[in-house]
Amino acid sequence: MLRFIVRRLLITIPTILVVITLTWGLIKLAPGNFYSGERPLSAAVENNIREKYGLDKPWYQQYGKTMWSIIGRLDFGTSLRYEGQSVNSIIRRSLPVSATIGILAYALALVVGITVGSIAALKQNSKWDYASMAVAMLGISVPNFVLGPILVLIFSLTLYWVPPSRWNGFPSRNLILPVLTLSVVYMAYIARLTRAGMLEVLGSDYIRTARAKGLSEKDVVIRHALRGGLMPVISYTGPALAFLLTGTVVVERIFALPGLGNYFIQASLNRDEPLIIGIVAFIAITLLLMNLLVDIAYAFLDPRVRYQ
Amino acid sequence: MFHPANPVKMTLLNKMTTTNGNLLEVKNLRTYFDTEDGIVKAVDDISFQLKRGETLGIVGESGSGKSVTNLSIIRLIPDPPGKIVSGEVIFKDNDLLLLSNEAIRKIRGRRIAMIFQDPMTSLNPFMKISRQLMEMTQLHLGHTKAQAYEHAIRMLETVGIPDARARADSYPHEFSGGMRQRVMIAMALSCEPELLIADEPTTALDVTIQAQILELIKTLKRETGTSVILITHDLGVVAGMTDHVIVMYAGKIFEQARTAELFSRPGNPYTKGLLRSVPDPIAEQGKLYQIPGQPPDVAHLKPGCPFAPRCDHVQEICHREFPPFVQLNADHYSLCHFAREVFAESGNPQISQIGSV
Repeated sequence: MLRFIVRRLLITIPTILVVITLTWGLIKLAPGNFYSGERPLSAAVENNIREKYGLDKPWYQQYGKTMWSIIGRLDFGTSLRYEGQSVNSIIRRSLPVSATIGILAYALALVVGITVGSIAALKQNSKWDYASMAVAMLGISVPNFVLGPILVLIFSLTLYWVPPSRWNGFPSRNLILPVLTLSVVYMAYIARLTRAGMLEVLGSDYIRTARAKGLSEKDVVIRHALRGGLMPVISYTGPALAFLLTGTVVVERIFALPGLGNYFIQASLNRDEPLIIGIVAFIAITLLLMNLLVDIAYAFLDPRVRYQ
Repeated sequence: MFHPANPVKMTLLNKMTTTNGNLLEVKNLRTYFDTEDGIVKAVDDISFQLKRGETLGIVGESGSGKSVTNLSIIRLIPDPPGKIVSGEVIFKDNDLLLLSNEAIRKIRGRRIAMIFQDPMTSLNPFMKISRQLMEMTQLHLGHTKAQAYEHAIRMLETVGIPDARARADSYPHEFSGGMRQRVMIAMALSCEPELLIADEPTTALDVTIQAQILELIKTLKRETGTSVILITHDLGVVAGMTDHVIVMYAGKIFEQARTAELFSRPGNPYTKGLLRSVPDPIAEQGKLYQIPGQPPDVAHLKPGCPFAPRCDHVQEICHREFPPFVQLNADHYSLCHFAREVFAESGNPQISQIGSV
């Protein structure tokens, strides 16, 4: 097991280097520059800027310098737009915002999704089943840039129950709407995953054995079915949580939250090269680590899984 | 009537004289499945009895209704789509079909236990063997954890798991198929049930293991006096294990007799076909016999005898009228228009010889 974890961690390193290289290349290949605006700069000013940021050097030197700084010192450099702020400090500042919203949203999605999905599976083909799965389908289909403004319109601008936007720390009532908006898609997806997983397990031979033992339906479900039925949800949790932790562009934008997603979109619009690379690398690392965590969780939950 | 060489049956004879009665009586049981293809009459009006301490074999092709019959007895038919439409299942003076869900749960596992076909999938892969066994006695006998654990190990030793204490905390995937089926048997017998229903217990196992498992069931039955219903499609298993046999086809009982008589003197063309399909390495040279055609689609049965299209005794009446359930002697019945003729024919060795060439 330990060897498996170490090996997986070692594989992560080249993967991240590839991700960084690709991102760097794409930025370089795209036309335009971080300093280009509506009005063209004079040649002298442009040359000064290029010299200051090392853009006058050949591409391999620029690449080498960037990579050395990242690998050698774990330093993604300084933002080109937010002057004097290092990329590392921006990530460190905005990660808690994104992670708070993301974890809360996923926790809510897990609780509601698993409950609804399990009940739907137990009462397969009932009214409850059809109704909850229809709602879940709706939840998956409605994009959060539609859902968010609607919720704001209803609960903030009409009913005045909760604030419509802004970060106000944790805990605060400002969190309610963004968490809900973010959570709905995951909730709906988890409900459907749970239902499918539970239905498969409930039809399996070992559940028939459990029933033949004389166990009550409650014990059959909780002791025997749930563990196997939730395996699909566990696999889904890795990538889902990685994306939620590292910020969600749309929701952070709608609710004006200073999270990673918001900085990411700003950085892309501003062509803020170090910040883009920093955030992309951070998302890649998180995703790989989350998937590793899921694989480790699998080994604990399913005794048949043993990694060599 | 009895195999004198078989000690199991001799002890049964003694037992029967003291407790002469039926442990289980199934009367006019009908279990239907509502499918998109129409109503599937998986079990259609079948009746039989099981005496205390006896072993009853139920034989039939896949889809003949043998498993559904037994799942109906302990009401484990998935509903929907399945439904027990009518009938009675009298187990020790109680109609199981009328009991509340709670009451039937106290019978499942405690008084009627089941072993299923595939030991690879019938044990929970996420749970230690010991816990799966402990669950039984904690639930039904009120054992504490420690008691249940000791009992589980005793049961594993009884079914011949070597080094049971060390292996009790393994997971099912760490056991071989035969060992898993032993675990299933240990689990089924841990509350000393009065009836053990074994649904093709050896079908998924290889031949040497099959013999061991059957021997184990036989021994445990002798020691505990449990009655057994053994479902199988393997006639060889039935011959060595059972006192009575029921032959099922298309959800109906086609023939019912004492085991020895069914084999020596079948009274139904279907049974004869089944018996001929068993490969006989001495007599048979060349091709194996098989009953022509396919089992019928039980969702769309025609009015006559369901076996008529495949039967070599078929007459015009067979396509028209449903056959009667003919009593051939004290406990031998056959569902056939020509039951007496077939029975007489198989009683005459010459004719039956010609018939089986």
